[in-house]
Amino acid sequence: MDLLINHFWELTITGLAIGAVYALVALGYTMVYGVLRLINFAHSEVFMWGSFAAVWALMAVGAGKASGLGLAGYLVIGFVAAMTVSALIAMLLERVAYRPLRKRNSPPLIALISAIGASFALSELMGLRDKPLGWFNLENLRDYLGRPRENLPLPLQIQTKAVFPVFNYDVTNIDLIVLLSAIVMMVILDQFIRRSRLGRGIRAVAMDPEAAALMGINRDRVIRLTFLIGGIMAGAAAMMYLLKIGVTRYNAGFILGVKAFTAAVLGGIGNIRGALLGGFVLGVAENYGSALFGSQWKDVVAFLLLVVILLFRPTGLLGESLGKARA
Amino acid sequence: MRVLLEVDDLCVNYGRIEAIRNVSFTVDEGEIVTLIGANGAGKTTTMKTVSGLRPVRLGSIRFQGKDITNMPAHDRPVLGIAQSPEGRGCFVGMSVLENLDMGAYARKDRKSPKVKEDLDRVFGLFPRLAERKSQVAGTMSGGEQQMLAIGRALMADPKLLLLDEPSMGLAPKLIQQIFDIVTEINKQGTTVLLVEQNAAQALKRAHRAYILETGEIVREGTGAELAADPAVKAAYLGGDT
Ligand SMILES: Nc1ncnc2c1ncn2[C@@H]1O[C@H](COP(=O)(O)OP(=O)(O)OP(=O)(O)O)[C@@H](O)[C@H]1O
Ligand SMILES: [Mg+2]
Repeated sequence: MDLLINHFWELTITGLAIGAVYALVALGYTMVYGVLRLINFAHSEVFMWGSFAAVWALMAVGAGKASGLGLAGYLVIGFVAAMTVSALIAMLLERVAYRPLRKRNSPPLIALISAIGASFALSELMGLRDKPLGWFNLENLRDYLGRPRENLPLPLQIQTKAVFPVFNYDVTNIDLIVLLSAIVMMVILDQFIRRSRLGRGIRAVAMDPEAAALMGINRDRVIRLTFLIGGIMAGAAAMMYLLKIGVTRYNAGFILGVKAFTAAVLGGIGNIRGALLGGFVLGVAENYGSALFGSQWKDVVAFLLLVVILLFRPTGLLGESLGKARA
Repeated sequence: MRVLLEVDDLCVNYGRIEAIRNVSFTVDEGEIVTLIGANGAGKTTTMKTVSGLRPVRLGSIRFQGKDITNMPAHDRPVLGIAQSPEGRGCFVGMSVLENLDMGAYARKDRKSPKVKEDLDRVFGLFPRLAERKSQVAGTMSGGEQQMLAIGRALMADPKLLLLDEPSMGLAPKLIQQIFDIVTEINKQGTTVLLVEQNAAQALKRAHRAYILETGEIVREGTGAELAADPAVKAAYLGGDT
């Protein structure tokens, strides 16, 4: 209890920072659910591949200790690499694992199995990434790849600095970078969905696919766009995750994916603002929970919270789906 | 008079169930044509097939002479086909204004002032919608949503307007109004294909009519002819009109 009280602001702010990562990944789950009524199980792997892309891109440019403008440059490289690769993986996933099933009008359960299969495949592909080296005589790349089943660290090193105090906690530069970039992404997405023509197309398909077709909206294009956006957001989250945690590995997507999915359900699956809220609530609650009961209870607290909230609000905090979300 | 829509020997199935069989009809430019028939006769299926929501098993659909039989639904609004679907087809989470905007989604001239004129026209036809511009569609009454669905279809500035039971669920006074509006829309130059349970009104307003029975067209004629026909009277007009 003392721990919670004394470190309240620290727990809150670091909770919000990790919550931002959950929230951005949760967007991918919630948006795909909105237009396809499908839980894209493999979305966690979209995130994981983005994190590797960021690490490798930064290794390639020789990132190390950095500050000031150099740091800004490395951050841009990391974010762009992660977002690009995550977006590509997400699109590939849609093309390979879902579209063929959709064209054949397969029942939703089949798509779910396909999703789980794709998730394992993408994860193990990364976990076995050293194998092809032997086949192609590329042993000299081994250092780059890291040990396939262990942590791969982010080469970029940032000196943690206090930027400004919030009550008794000094917000660090990393917290600030993570939170600010997350908020920028969220605002852009929210406005895009609400105001742009394509955004309205996405909402229309989520609300009523038939009526959307009658308006001249191409559902397949909307679905592709949704995967693309989800991938971009997951990529940004991957870079933020690296900044907070410092390492990634082939199965880094698993727990994070479950958390992000929880955040999406917590906020009301299908609801974009709900996913954002759910992510932040989960991140903060986890931190409070581990302060109260010990950090080994962190995940238990997260899921207990989910159960309790769903008992009282079965449709999540903000309830309505992407389709029904008010403008 | 030029033919706008030509449906030839259309067959549509739901799985093994034949919903319509060898349905043929035409709609000329400037007409109101109505399809009437009992529940389950295949009216909605016919409309959905014309707008592309149901795949065609056999037969063909031509619009302005162009074969659109297998064209995806989302490519048809650009040609000038707009449908107000049966029941509530509004985007329930969007405001009235957003719904009307969605109607103009596929228009090539969507950035021109013509869209604003069309919006004013819709508000002129349905003053109720103008009063409720920012209300969320899902919270509107059934009748208001029906008006919204029709208004949204008009926002596409269609050449052919497909109306599936526009009077469904409306109070008698409103039904009269809706039919007046259909006539008015038609006078303003839009061709209308109308599906109705309310056969008396539909026959009165339509230039020509087709009668569907269990998936097949069994009669056709001008609205007045069919309205005067004893068999039609007995089956669809309650025998006393
Ligand atoms: N989704 C569906 N699956 C299976 N059968 C269907 C489906 N939709 C319609 N049918 C069947 O196709 C036939 C035609 O239905 P349709 O909806 O076109 O009738 P309708 O003339 O519009 O009737 P109503 O006046 O009640 O609206 C009916 O026998 C109906 O049971
Ligand atoms: Mg019907």
